[in-house]
Amino acid sequence: MESNKTVIEIRNLVKTFPMGNREFTALNGINLIFSGGEFSGLVGPSGSGKTTLLNIIGTLDSPTEGEALVLGSSVGKLSQKNAAQLRNLKIGFIFQTFNLLPVYSAFENVEFPLLLQKLNAAERKKSVMDALDWVGLTDKIKSRPAQMSGGECQRVAIARAIVKKPEIVLADEPTANLDAENSHHILQTMVRLNHDLGTTFLFATHDEKVIGYLRRIIKLSDGKVSKDEMVTNK
Amino acid sequence: MLTFKLALRNLLGAGLRTWLNVLVLSLAYVVIIYMNGMLDGWNRQAKTDMVHWSTGQGQLWQKDYDPIDPFTLQNSMGKIPVEFTGLVEEGRIAPVLVAMASFYPEGRIQSILLKGIPENQKVIDLPTYSMTGDTSEIPGIIGKRMAESNKIKVGDMVTLRWRDRNGTFDASDVRISAVFNTNVPMVDAGQIWIPLSRMQKMFGAPGEATILISDKPVWPKFTDENWVSKDVKTLTAEIDQVIKTKSIGSAVMYIILLLLAMLAIFDTQVLSIFRRQREIGTQIALGMTRWQVVRLFTIEGAMNAVLAAALAAVYGIPFLASQAKSGIPMPQATDSMGLAIAEKIFPVYSIGLIIITIVFVLITATIVSYIPARRIAKMNPTEAIKGRIQ
Repeated sequence: MESNKTVIEIRNLVKTFPMGNREFTALNGINLIFSGGEFSGLVGPSGSGKTTLLNIIGTLDSPTEGEALVLGSSVGKLSQKNAAQLRNLKIGFIFQTFNLLPVYSAFENVEFPLLLQKLNAAERKKSVMDALDWVGLTDKIKSRPAQMSGGECQRVAIARAIVKKPEIVLADEPTANLDAENSHHILQTMVRLNHDLGTTFLFATHDEKVIGYLRRIIKLSDGKVSKDEMVTNK
Repeated sequence: MLTFKLALRNLLGAGLRTWLNVLVLSLAYVVIIYMNGMLDGWNRQAKTDMVHWSTGQGQLWQKDYDPIDPFTLQNSMGKIPVEFTGLVEEGRIAPVLVAMASFYPEGRIQSILLKGIPENQKVIDLPTYSMTGDTSEIPGIIGKRMAESNKIKVGDMVTLRWRDRNGTFDASDVRISAVFNTNVPMVDAGQIWIPLSRMQKMFGAPGEATILISDKPVWPKFTDENWVSKDVKTLTAEIDQVIKTKSIGSAVMYIILLLLAMLAIFDTQVLSIFRRQREIGTQIALGMTRWQVVRLFTIEGAMNAVLAAALAAVYGIPFLASQAKSGIPMPQATDSMGLAIAEKIFPVYSIGLIIITIVFVLITATIVSYIPARRIAKMNPTEAIKGRIQ
């Protein structure tokens, strides 16, 4: 499934945050390469730096030192406009708390990234219906987030992340708010998307259920990569 | 276009929240226009009533006449120019003879202005026709304030004492034939109106008057130089000054109302935008630029104001129009407090007032939406996504 194409390359990445009078180092000298089609996870306890790294890869944050190349673009050097464009076209996000737009229906939530791409209505409708079909929610197109279960909301969020057929999907603790059954359902959906579309999935998680599905596990502790291993039996 | 579409979708999607905002904002429009319309109507009415009840379309004064100096009255009686005889008979010029007198309500003595006016005059709104009829008694009309302050009612007889132009004191009874209701104190307070012919006889001044009131701003040619022309502008200069002073007060009131509306919009928008910071973070993560987010929320605020204007038009136009047509009843208390207000005030809504109010509220709504949106959009999106207020 993996291709030889490098989609993410992290070189000597350091990220610090001001904390009172001193600085807190969240990431310290990270070096990682991700190829297209990977199904990988950043694993570690809270505060280990996995979400920070995910945010930098997602161009929502920038490195303090070092470089993060995402699909050939250096995150720290991207203008706001180009970063937004990269996120819109190439990167899908899945959040722990779903982050669906509350006043939009499932259809409208999934349609949102396509509206930003200025696709015409027919194209948008087809793509949205395909995405919702992928996650098995075509019967909920008119439902709003408040009218759906947590599992359904996360499936809508997945549909929103994959509707634009991104090269990378970044998922931050996607199962944290779901029960075991829904978690497995969601993860199976993502495995299927990874397999069928070749989308690169990168998780930040400490959930054993998620870890069980990963083909590459990168352990972070205190802002450093402590272990980077491939899981061969998947 | 995309931002407009998303803003509209957000507003419609928010349902009740949007309509509550819109309703409150529409009330701001209607209340501001209503209050200012009422003040403008009051001002306009005061001036119109003054013309209808007192000044007419212009006056000629005896050259020595000074309405605020009673000592001038004795020398301010002059022959009515013969050129006006026809118009006086038609009731289109009303000669008025003015003199000091005393009357005795309930045994007390009170100085008054006695005014003689033809019963058939059609120039001012005084009900002078009430003085026609039985000639054995002197009929008189007084204003409501005069009647109330002296406890006089229609049919009462009051004793009048005056000094004629030869310096001789004389007295007679006057039967009150009508009490008129006006909000122009100049024809009411401390005055009794009687037929001109009777007063000319009483004062030994046949064919004479102190002032001439016309229903037209232009006078026929006349030669008597003892008459000085006063146009409406001069006659209403005082009330114009009062209106001008009141206008400053009205402007302050207008600004206060607008500021209150602005505060309400600002509060609503700030609350709404801060509550939606997770949404803002998500939109940025999905590919919107910060500027697009700021624009989206700003347009949402402006659209609120546009929808509010539409809603205000739906219920505001019939309401304001009905008020302008039927008038706003004023409580009696205002009169007793010394405020000369008509029983009803008819609001006047100028196009300028409506346009300025709409534009101002629209601009205000836009600005107060822009400021918090810009602040939120400046937030670190990773924090905004988590909904953490910074």
